[in-house]
Amino acid sequence: MAVIRQLVPWALAQCVKLLLLLAAVSVASFGLMELSPIDPVQAYIGADMMRVSAEQREAIAAYWGLDQPPIEQFGRWLTSLLQGDMGTSMIYRTPVTEVLAEKFTASMWLMGTAWLLSGLLGFGAGVLAAMKEGSWLDRVIQWVCYTLASTPSFWLAIMLLLAFSVWLGWLPVGLGTPAGVLREEVSIADRLHHMILPVLTLSVVGISAIALHTREKLIEVLHSDYVLYARAQGERGLLLVWRHGLRNIALPAVSLQFASFSELFGGAVLAEQVFAYPGLGQATVEAGLRGDVPLLLGIVLFSTVFVFCGNMTADMLYRILDPRTREVKA
Amino acid sequence: MALLEVNDLSISFEQSAGWLRQRYIPVLHQLQLTVDAGEVVAVLGASGAGKSLLAHAILGILPSHARITGEMTYRGERLTPQRQAALRGMDIALVPQSVAYLDPLMPVGEQVRHAVKQGNKRERQRESFRLYRLGEEVERRYPFQLSGGMARRVLVAAATASGARLIIADEPTPGLDPDVMREALGRFRELADVGCGVLLISHDIASALTVADRIAVMYAGTVVEIARAADFAGDGTALRHPYTRALWQALPQNGFVPLPGEPPQLGERPHACAFASRCSAATDACLHEQPPVRELRRGLVRCVHAS
Repeated sequence: MAVIRQLVPWALAQCVKLLLLLAAVSVASFGLMELSPIDPVQAYIGADMMRVSAEQREAIAAYWGLDQPPIEQFGRWLTSLLQGDMGTSMIYRTPVTEVLAEKFTASMWLMGTAWLLSGLLGFGAGVLAAMKEGSWLDRVIQWVCYTLASTPSFWLAIMLLLAFSVWLGWLPVGLGTPAGVLREEVSIADRLHHMILPVLTLSVVGISAIALHTREKLIEVLHSDYVLYARAQGERGLLLVWRHGLRNIALPAVSLQFASFSELFGGAVLAEQVFAYPGLGQATVEAGLRGDVPLLLGIVLFSTVFVFCGNMTADMLYRILDPRTREVKA
Repeated sequence: MALLEVNDLSISFEQSAGWLRQRYIPVLHQLQLTVDAGEVVAVLGASGAGKSLLAHAILGILPSHARITGEMTYRGERLTPQRQAALRGMDIALVPQSVAYLDPLMPVGEQVRHAVKQGNKRERQRESFRLYRLGEEVERRYPFQLSGGMARRVLVAAATASGARLIIADEPTPGLDPDVMREALGRFRELADVGCGVLLISHDIASALTVADRIAVMYAGTVVEIARAADFAGDGTALRHPYTRALWQALPQNGFVPLPGEPPQLGERPHACAFASRCSAATDACLHEQPPVRELRRGLVRCVHAS
């Protein structure tokens, strides 16, 4: 009960924060798009530019409302947003909500798998390194982590592509499904097959942070007074780490993983681009390069909520699970 | 046969001194000590004298870069690292200094149950909680929810519940108000009275004397005197070592005479009595020879002038 009483005002404060953040983010994104040299009409028409007359171009601009002053455009977008309408994507010619739903589903599998994989592998590697602090295993794990942390993810993606798709030919070069196959005929195995490399790239991005953090934290715990006392009571080895180590490092590690949603999203943009994987990341790049303001604003708002939820979950886990931040009736 | 016997125990820490070279920093030097069943032996000394290291050495939980020489026996059996690992928590229990030694994320009842090595864990934990007037609701509390006195009782309760025969209490009293302190020390007396041996590490002579049978005084990494509690009386003439006498006379009720100077760095002058620089009775002999341990009036002393 006490937990809930304490959480309600906090949750309200978080909502206000989110609203302010969304307002700031959408104004900033719209402003940037306005300043960008990309002409949406030109980007839409592309190579056919020569064959489209000035009148026709103006007609397209008027159809999209691009002939009105920016403030009015933004105002119109905001009014319909408040009525639940996110507008229509210029490049996909479908409502932004539909594009978001479709792209996010594809990305969710990618990001979710990578998130879990990097979390589990990173945590495991960190625990192992800390338990064997100073050994060759610890050094190898640290070395690998630092190398991964300083590897650009797009470069890694290209290397993986070269190795597994071009030279070995084991995995597809790109796309989310096999080319030339009808949507109904694509099997789950096909989808998984296409996901392997993007997931691998995206996981690697997240591993080193969680592994190094877990290692630091566990070493700190293993050197603590309470572990010394536990050792004085005859506890040792795995049982000791299980009882006192994991208990004390699990919460910060899980929180860190939730707080890493922004890196995950950033990584997905690059990985999806390299693998031409039709997810939210690729849609972001498309929307930006082709001046699709409604779609870009939709993605920006959506990803803001996504990252915000990750951070809020991290924070909430502490409030609910850590007895020290829970209100106590002593 | 003594419960615990420590003979010539020396400890040094390995430290890297530049490229591929190591040097050893001595921290304990040829220390002697015995604890019998049924007695409380207090180890007294200023901070930095090596008291906690002695406790950790007996338990075998020193950091891995410690080098240990000398001999320790428990009930006549040599304390090898394997033997220590088997006895830790079973026969030898540590009562640590403060609540910081409890896992912050585990309810204290569970922690005490982990300490129980024989019999029904829950029963033994409840029994020892009752013994120390800790209500059942305390079981579910986390360390940060305990008062200082309560935490101290939980730590003693853990040692009692473990069924250990040798209890090593490392500074169990600082920061406690006099009543709680008297109670905490009384617990150790009770444990000794039912047959345990208690090694009570402290820097507070006055409180240690209320429960201890014998006092071992440490100075700069070694035991300079082992005296009976009764020797601490009057102006301290029954005491054997000048440092012990100085400690005794520095108490407010015994004249409040301060001892000038600082203890030396260990290993600074390996061939001199460590106390020589602060000793009013020091002679040439004290500067050239480390005084050997000798028995004197049913105690031990490490001073050539003691008689």
